[in-house]
Amino acid sequence: MKKLLAILLLVPALSAGSGAIAAQAGVVLDRAPIDVRDVASLQAGARNFVNHCLNCHSASLMRYSGLKDIGLTEDQIRENLLFSADKVGEMMNSGMTRKNATEWFGAAPPDLSVVARSRGADWLYTYLRGFYRDSETTTGWNNVVFDKVAMPHVLWNLQGERVRKVEVMKDTDGKDVSDGHGGVRKVVKFETIKPGAMSAAEYDTFSRDLVNFMTWMGEPNQVLRKQIGFWVLLVLAVLIGLTWLLKSAYWKDVH
Amino acid sequence: MAATEKRPVTGFGPLNGVVGWVDARFPLIKMWEEQWGKYIAPKNFNFWYYFGSLAAFVLVLQIVTGIFLTMNYKPDATQAFASVEYIMREVPFGWLIRYMHSTGASAFFVVVYLHMFRALLYGSYRQPRELLWIFGVLIYLCLMAEAFFGYLLPWGQMSFWGAQVIVNLFSTIPLIGPDLSEWIRGDYVVSDATLNRFFAFHVIAIPLVLIGLVAAHLTALHEVGSNNPDGVEIKKQPKDPATGLPLDGIYSHPYYTVKDIFGVMVFLFVFAIIVFFAPEMGGYFLEYNNFVPADPLKTPAHIAPVWYFTPYYSILRAVPPVLGSQFPGVAAMGAATMILLVLPWLDRSPVKSIRYKGPIYKGALALFVLNFVVLGYLGTEPTNVWGQFGPWLGNVERATVVARVGTMLYFAFFVLMPWYTSIDKVKPEPQRLTW
Repeated sequence: MKKLLAILLLVPALSAGSGAIAAQAGVVLDRAPIDVRDVASLQAGARNFVNHCLNCHSASLMRYSGLKDIGLTEDQIRENLLFSADKVGEMMNSGMTRKNATEWFGAAPPDLSVVARSRGADWLYTYLRGFYRDSETTTGWNNVVFDKVAMPHVLWNLQGERVRKVEVMKDTDGKDVSDGHGGVRKVVKFETIKPGAMSAAEYDTFSRDLVNFMTWMGEPNQVLRKQIGFWVLLVLAVLIGLTWLLKSAYWKDVH
Repeated sequence: MAATEKRPVTGFGPLNGVVGWVDARFPLIKMWEEQWGKYIAPKNFNFWYYFGSLAAFVLVLQIVTGIFLTMNYKPDATQAFASVEYIMREVPFGWLIRYMHSTGASAFFVVVYLHMFRALLYGSYRQPRELLWIFGVLIYLCLMAEAFFGYLLPWGQMSFWGAQVIVNLFSTIPLIGPDLSEWIRGDYVVSDATLNRFFAFHVIAIPLVLIGLVAAHLTALHEVGSNNPDGVEIKKQPKDPATGLPLDGIYSHPYYTVKDIFGVMVFLFVFAIIVFFAPEMGGYFLEYNNFVPADPLKTPAHIAPVWYFTPYYSILRAVPPVLGSQFPGVAAMGAATMILLVLPWLDRSPVKSIRYKGPIYKGALALFVLNFVVLGYLGTEPTNVWGQFGPWLGNVERATVVARVGTMLYFAFFVLMPWYTSIDKVKPEPQRLTW
């Protein structure tokens, strides 16, 4: 029983740590635990998005009023989310012009309307949680999945500051593990050097909600699409049966 | 007067008079009966014979959904990407129309490839159906042009760089190349001018040619009659005294009408699974990178065409440059499609259908299909996908070697066909259908 408990406690610990330990060659993306039907998470994600992303990034293909689809009323949108626009019918544009952005950051922050469709939720989830301190870059930050990214870690006060450490992998006898090509296998580890306002779990939830919202925003009709699809398939299944009977009735006398 | 000699129109109930009035002035009944109503087809069409009518169905689907997309799409480099997302988000059921159109493009190639495979199986390109086959190949070429022009319109990164790569192929043509590709683009790079003309080609020029070719394809088919899995010419059979039809023939209407409607329903079921549950089809139908707006200053690390072009893209990449010119690869890619046109004259087998052909053709066709799929897969991946051979083979990329062998096999299937089909052991063709 104790053993079982130990394993049960270990499993989430391992899965939570999987992002922190990534092979050097290719980065293994963490699976984003999102659910675009989870309205509470989407609303939290919308709040996170408007508060932390929309200052520099735009979502110019998304209308504020479209947020009614995740259960917000027009008044709620106006009072809580409308910072850089006057009307609920406006697009979610950033307050920063592209020209300024390019001057300040070297590259204009990309529009995030459909970023979840090009990058994928797992990438975004790993990216948001993958910043670390790096004195070699101009911003002082680097990212696990986007080397020398122009974007600084704007959520540093939430996640805290981390550093990246490359260590030689040791086997159980304390000897270096060979990589099979004459070198040694290395592991990458992250260490928090300054804690943020959130615990690791809270920051994961924050990122999850944000990624969930961006995934929904990439295709606001995706839930409706699947709901309709179910009924369409049902009707087509019936039609397949009926047209088969019709065909059989006509072909009865063909030899 | 020809009009008065026609038999009176019946079967339309209260509309007999109206239809009769039209028929007296226009060959309405005659056309219907010649093209479908009294068209006589072999009785033994199998699974492979669904894909002709399905191709026609998808053509209609693409035209209808295309019309509705055009109502909201903006062929303007600054607005195109956003207008597609406007369709996805704000046009009522715009997402459905768009996904039907994008899935329909891939579905078109699926059914056309299967339709062409049917012709290879049963020798449907053989005399007297050579022209029917040629019209079909021209339709296929048109379809590729249509897909290529259409793919630029969403103005994503893959749209832009795919078009850039393909148009640049023309610049490899000796002497006129650079001027030619500039003339095609209307600019030094793919730009708003290119988008506008591609839009014109996609929504009107190519569809007009396509519809004309489909009409010619069908007219030729109904002139020479359908082939069948046995390769029996039913027109040469004696007539059944009771019905006046060839012994193995039936009227396509209503028999194949109801059968094809069933086929359309099954097709729609599969189609709906993709449209509603996997419209990106894992990045094969809608490439992930195409959700990034076109950026002329940012070349993507890996540019891959959509899956239906990838066998030819593999051939293009497989051919090594000669004297620094990529033209041989481009020529090989062109030849790979054009060689289909002469297929009717390459097959020297005394029989049509694979049922009576010998083991050599069966093996060659199986190898050809496998090879086409492997080339197609390799075309979607970077050339280092399978790593490199060791120093003993000069560290060449494995995938490049496979693509080169595949390219040779592709051409060998056609070039060696006169030889291997004439030495193949065949079985005698039957006089009647064997089902």
